[in-house]
Amino acid sequence: MSSPYVSRADLGGTTGHGPIAYEREGVVFHHDWEARALALTLAAGPPGGWNIDISRSARETLPNYLDLTYYAIWTAALEHLVVDHGLVTRAEFEAGHASGPGDPSRRVLRAEAVPAVLAAGGPTSREPRAPNRFEIGDRVRTRADHVDHHTRLPAYVSGQIGVVERVHGVHVFPDTNARGLGEQPQWLYTVVFDATDLWDEAAPGQRVSVDAWDSYLETAT
Amino acid sequence: MGHGHDHDEDHSELEPMEVRVRALETLLTEKGYIDQAALDELIDTYQNRVGPRNGAQVVARAWVDPEFAAWLREDATAAMDSLGFGGRQGEHMVAVEQTNETHNLVVCTLCSCYPWSVLGLPPTWYKAAPYRSRAVRDPRGVLREFGVTLPGDVDVRVWDSTAEVRYLVIPQRPIGTDDWSEERLAELVTRDSMIGVGLPLAPEAVTEGASA
Repeated sequence: MSSPYVSRADLGGTTGHGPIAYEREGVVFHHDWEARALALTLAAGPPGGWNIDISRSARETLPNYLDLTYYAIWTAALEHLVVDHGLVTRAEFEAGHASGPGDPSRRVLRAEAVPAVLAAGGPTSREPRAPNRFEIGDRVRTRADHVDHHTRLPAYVSGQIGVVERVHGVHVFPDTNARGLGEQPQWLYTVVFDATDLWDEAAPGQRVSVDAWDSYLETAT
Repeated sequence: MGHGHDHDEDHSELEPMEVRVRALETLLTEKGYIDQAALDELIDTYQNRVGPRNGAQVVARAWVDPEFAAWLREDATAAMDSLGFGGRQGEHMVAVEQTNETHNLVVCTLCSCYPWSVLGLPPTWYKAAPYRSRAVRDPRGVLREFGVTLPGDVDVRVWDSTAEVRYLVIPQRPIGTDDWSEERLAELVTRDSMIGVGLPLAPEAVTEGASA
């Protein structure tokens, strides 16, 4: 068995991170390398063939996640992805130079295609194959068990009772998509929680919602 | 809160980060997987063309056009597409309206999900641990840190963007702007007001002719 899956990015409700370092509107990048890291990450996606859930998984499992600035996280994850997905060999990565040409069958993002690719985006909605299990107003309980892989159910709502507020259609399921097990789309709902159910110190009149896939939920009794 | 883009770790990581990013870029370019011109195009897009002024146009339109506001409630993705704002990180949009009863606030506790198509790239604080950890647990405290004190009878509603649905907050139209043009109204709409951590500017902040 491999070591247990640990996300270091599930921060909701955790403490001890200090004050918010505000930045005004208009600040986009602080250093040229941040802009290059963003662009490289976006451009490496098509030849690399990974998906957004694989990328997120690569970032949240970095052991020093909390010590890194955001584009440093992206860069470190990209270093893993380019090797894991065969864009470069480990030896090439370590040498910093290609020992041979790339695979011409891989897709390359060309400058002239950028506007169309960004405009198309990557919709995650899929055609429903079955009706939704939950309706607006249903009381649901979220999964309490830890899962040993990437997931999008934050720990702070794990095992909690909430109410279905919106039904978003059927969407690609990150838990499988992140592991190369396919999209396995599921119904997606906005589930809203009363903050007083989540935290002892919460005042009334405070609610929090998450977007939760069908298999994260069961009917609350 | 100062305008601080000095993160403690920047000084130690600047040199190595530059080297690492350049090394990756060189390697992928040598393999033929990266078109340098595409990198420039991507950077130019998010540095100069796609940003919160897009969202401000959406909000201003909603303020002057009740039919558009209704469309935003019904199908925000299509309504925003009609203004030319769609695509990457804006594929599935929901607009949430501030009211006298409820103040909405958007966060992504798990990573950095943000509506790029209408707000551009997220600010550093939105992606960092202090905001992500506290927005869901102490939103009133977070708002105070941003200089917003809510009346006690206003409920707070936090939207944690855990899936590919992206949320844009539609702030309330400032009083005293009845005869304002859509273009001028858009100048009152701040990035922060569309995340829910701020309010629109007061009318007197925008002087006559400033939009010319």
